Amino acid sequence: MILKGPALERLFKKPWIWSYLGTLIVWLITVSFTKGQGAGDIITAALSFATFTVIVGLGQMFVITTGPGNIDLSIPANIALSGAVTMKIMDGTNDMLVVGFLVAMGCGLLVGIFNYSLIRILKIPPIIATLSSSFLVLSTAIAYGRGLKVKPPPFLADFTTEMVYGVPMLALVVIGLAFGLSVVLHRTLYGRSVLAIGQNMRAARLAGINVERIRFATYVLSGLLASLCGLALAGFSGGASLNMGEEYLLASIAVVVIGGTSVAGGRANVPGIWGASLFMFLLVTMLNTLGASGGVRLIMTGLIIIAVITAAGGEKQQH
Amino acid sequence: MWAYLSSPRFLRSILPAASLAVLLAAIFYIQPRTMSYFGLKLMLQYAVPIALATIAQMHIITVNDLDLSIGPFVGLTACIGATLLVSTPLLGLLALAACIGVYAGLGALVYWRNLPSIVVTLGMSFVWMGLSVLILPTPGGKAPVWIKAIMGYEFPFIPLPIIAATTIALVVHQGLMHSSYGAVLRGAGGNPKAIGRAGWSLLKSKMLMYALGGFFGVLSGLSLIGLTSAADAHIADRYTLYSIAGVILGGGEFVGGRVSPIGAVLGALTLTLTGSFLIFMKISPDWQIGAQGGILIIVLALRALIKRKEAMS
Repeated sequence: MILKGPALERLFKKPWIWSYLGTLIVWLITVSFTKGQGAGDIITAALSFATFTVIVGLGQMFVITTGPGNIDLSIPANIALSGAVTMKIMDGTNDMLVVGFLVAMGCGLLVGIFNYSLIRILKIPPIIATLSSSFLVLSTAIAYGRGLKVKPPPFLADFTTEMVYGVPMLALVVIGLAFGLSVVLHRTLYGRSVLAIGQNMRAARLAGINVERIRFATYVLSGLLASLCGLALAGFSGGASLNMGEEYLLASIAVVVIGGTSVAGGRANVPGIWGASLFMFLLVTMLNTLGASGGVRLIMTGLIIIAVITAAGGEKQQH
Repeated sequence: MWAYLSSPRFLRSILPAASLAVLLAAIFYIQPRTMSYFGLKLMLQYAVPIALATIAQMHIITVNDLDLSIGPFVGLTACIGATLLVSTPLLGLLALAACIGVYAGLGALVYWRNLPSIVVTLGMSFVWMGLSVLILPTPGGKAPVWIKAIMGYEFPFIPLPIIAATTIALVVHQGLMHSSYGAVLRGAGGNPKAIGRAGWSLLKSKMLMYALGGFFGVLSGLSLIGLTSAADAHIADRYTLYSIAGVILGGGEFVGGRVSPIGAVLGALTLTLTGSFLIFMKISPDWQIGAQGGILIIVLALRALIKRKEAMS
């Protein structure tokens, strides 16, 4: 099908299109370099690994959308804690699967409540609140999880690594999750309120939105998703490790920015989270394939993030 | 007198020093032997690089931004200091100057495109880390002799870290709080519109503050290798958190150019001492960052109480 002028124009106005175009370009370069070898495998791997970034990216997106200054820096610590706690509870058997899952969600719930309480009670910027709480959460994870070498229960390990016609099962589930959250964002009172608060908090309050309740729910949502990521990551990588959350601090923020969500708040973009997560993974794959060293890979990753945010540009804050 | 002593303004200004005094008193009580020249020197050894990193962060926070890359940046300058600065001193100095230049450029970029500093500096943290890995793939290198001599110098009666921290605090305090251009720079964070209307260049102040951030980051890295003798790309990863925590403990506000260099240095000393305190309390080092987070939250809670009092009066 050939897109007609106006339709094509409308497509290019979508903020998420760039992340998918980037993904396509990076994939084409990689594949042309390998002369078509492993073209499908690369996509499968990208879907597997991007899944975890998408899970936390969605939570970060909701938080960032509630307006300038809102951010969740406790995601990595939360991932480490949830991973460690659930692996210990499940103890490598399927018997405690449900309990472990519930405990993981409990971790996320508590971290979210704690984050919001600090913001609300101490009246401090979210960046400081979530940073302080991440100190405590990470310390708990370290003290609790030191020397922990428990394999994930077989069911969890199978579920997180299962393939359906070359597509990771977990990726399909998370595509469903993204779709669900997209509906929540655009079709529910809660989602509309998140967008309204991000556009203009005062107007939202005057319009009768319970701003604080919405912010509370948003930090809890981000906590829950980070815990879910910790659980899935532990299952996928054969056990929890204390530093497995580290890379998701930058990743969760980067995919929100690259995916076309407004950093100033008020405009969110769910498809972009998937596009940006795939892009981030394929970018590293491409640099690997081209034979770049670890140092060069890091530098390129950083520069591309800065280039994207510079191109997207910041927006004037609304008052 | 009492009215002044219990005024929110006074309480707020005394909070950083009081937190440090309480912690120090607790340490002296548990382990009286630390109350000596060598005890203090040993406990406060790493206070110098941490205080410098905190001062670097404070400059960025003054203009309402946040630097999430200061840790890896200090690591990079440490790597440059332990390699290039020894083998080809001129090239080493040029590289360090270029680092500061990049910082000024970041300030310009953030101002020009009105970008969120968090995202830009998070990206830069990867760039700094990548450069460190390229310069020093495996831990090693050797600190220049003169830096080791400076960091190992023994003053009579008062240990070096205390003298160094006091000097840093006073110099920056003088420059930022008591000079007319310092007031303009803080104003650029407090009320950018007013400063802009008064004819000052906001671009220039942002660039200068970022450059100063880079400058103190370089000093932090160099002083760090003076203590460790060798470098490693990950040597200062924790400094990002330390520096932010130090500024907050020192009474810095996140918006509005309200910062305090003396407070920031006191905050850095407090953070440095937490480690020793936990060891003397026989608490596992696993809880070290947790304890630092806890202290941070307690101080923030006290400040919230003071603020409430302020609002009531």
